[in-house]
Amino acid sequence: MTGVTPWRDWLLHLGVIALLFGLQFVLPPYHYSNLSKIMVMASFAIGYNVLLGYSGLLSLGHAMFFAAGLYGAGLTVYHLGFDPLSGFLAGLAAGLCLSIVIGMVALRTSGVSFMIVTLMFAQAGYLLILYFGEFTRGDEGFVLKENLLRVVIGDWGFNLIEPVARFNLALLLFAVCLFGSLVLVRSAVGRVLIAVRENEQRTTMLGYHAFLYKLLALVISGTMSGAAGATYALLFTYVGATFGAIQYSILPLLWVLLGGAGTTLGPLLGTILMFYLVDVSSGETSSYMLLVGAALVILVLWAPKGILGTLREKKVPWLP
Amino acid sequence: MSFGPHLLLALLEGTVTAFVLALTALGLSLVFGVMRVVNVAHGEFFMLGAVLAWAFSNMVPGIPALGFLLALVGSALVVGGVAFAADRLILRRLNYAPEATIVATIGLLYIIQQVVLTVYGPNAHPVVPPINFRVVFPWFGYSGYKLVVIGASAAMLAGTWYMLTRTRIGLVMRATQFDRETAQSFGIPVDRVYSAVFALGAMLAAVAGVLVVPIQQAHYLMGLEPLLLSFIVVILGGLGSLRGTLVAAFVIGISDGVISVFYSPTLAKIIATLFVALVLVFRSEGLFGEKRQ
Repeated sequence: MTGVTPWRDWLLHLGVIALLFGLQFVLPPYHYSNLSKIMVMASFAIGYNVLLGYSGLLSLGHAMFFAAGLYGAGLTVYHLGFDPLSGFLAGLAAGLCLSIVIGMVALRTSGVSFMIVTLMFAQAGYLLILYFGEFTRGDEGFVLKENLLRVVIGDWGFNLIEPVARFNLALLLFAVCLFGSLVLVRSAVGRVLIAVRENEQRTTMLGYHAFLYKLLALVISGTMSGAAGATYALLFTYVGATFGAIQYSILPLLWVLLGGAGTTLGPLLGTILMFYLVDVSSGETSSYMLLVGAALVILVLWAPKGILGTLREKKVPWLP
Repeated sequence: MSFGPHLLLALLEGTVTAFVLALTALGLSLVFGVMRVVNVAHGEFFMLGAVLAWAFSNMVPGIPALGFLLALVGSALVVGGVAFAADRLILRRLNYAPEATIVATIGLLYIIQQVVLTVYGPNAHPVVPPINFRVVFPWFGYSGYKLVVIGASAAMLAGTWYMLTRTRIGLVMRATQFDRETAQSFGIPVDRVYSAVFALGAMLAAVAGVLVVPIQQAHYLMGLEPLLLSFIVVILGGLGSLRGTLVAAFVIGISDGVISVFYSPTLAKIIATLFVALVLVFRSEGLFGEKRQ
């Protein structure tokens, strides 16, 4: 295989982006705002999928990368008066640096040890957020004021929390992550990653430095998660320690497993389905996390490939 | 209070923590050792034990001691049953594949936690201690119940130890741990051993939960902390090594007690967590475990 992405893939993904773009003209305000949030969270899930789906590494600590982006952007805008764009870059840089450091250490392990090590690092990160409560305000968190989120380009300016700006910036982030992951998995590098997932020893025997490829996947994954976190802070204004807790490491795992690990569009599908399942049920009961637990058990027992993974196996083998 | 009595108090608190932790971590270590299953829902068995202790002791109002005994037996049996069912219905179907079982036990964690939330509500439930006397030191009084916790945990630990090393059931479990296939070809019903070990591990956590609840109150979110502490202990002690688990439980429990009295508990936890992650990366056999081939 060469690094060429066939036209069919591009058409499918452009179609999805066009559909999301079009939806903003027809959706009622409630779903409009939901979809903005879903697109940011789906970007987080795409980042998670790069690691789980295409390199076969199951992390239980991705909340730390999301939180790195969230606080990288939130703290610099809140305390240092960064403008939103610089804040976003600070969040991106935080995700990038953290994923390099964590990758260098955690990737010395694999399988179950990797899961536990990432869980432990994420827990340490969460406790650090609480420990520096003076700046982060811990569990309570802080809200970015409207006047901090104004973007001015020449004579033209807008505010990030305006619904239209919010929706289209979330879509922009999502599109970049989606096409980034598509290009990655169709490239030569992506092929090597899949080879590492299928058989690491054989790939090493073929002369590839498996560790470097896994590190690359983790860094791309962590940086995308950081970008999603930074975007979340800037568009939805709330920055709190809950986003660093274990729950936010489990959720992307669930979204990706539900949509289909190792499919480019699976993360979006999983995020949409789970978001609305939780949204509907949280109106009925306070125990909506029960759904998360049940979904995980059902998926792992009966549908380990997820929705799109099963579809690819049965009907559409070309699905990326 | 001057430094000496303060240290004594810290050591006492640390010892109570250490014994409860040893009991909980022993369950996790046993399950990992025999079945090679990392049970992320282990903390929820602890929580379920604690909440059921409250429910059972409410059945016998007025007589705390009787309620407590009922709770001890009842919680252990119910939790053991839940774990047994989880093994049969979920883990066995996954063939104990390591990564799939972790995902499944994460699911189990939320299922147990949220069912408890639905049934018993979000409030913390206090339980009256079964005995009510204070040990009076020259500098401070100390709850006698906490000494009961130490005694009961020690008895449970000794009992489990005896069962594993001196009885036929223990021999069968150790044989399964050593080599599953050879054990099976010698006629050991490996499937049943697995279910029993999973139930036993959960029951140890449940008993620890019952013992703790008169000190701590029962709450549906209380399972996370014992889970993480047990992970720390089991990793430091060497995965699957029971002796290492006990040693590590005492090191962590007592140092946690002492550090928390003198320094910030959050900082102590951050250091312990990072340290454990690094131990797992650079010395996967743990600090006290023997190197595996």
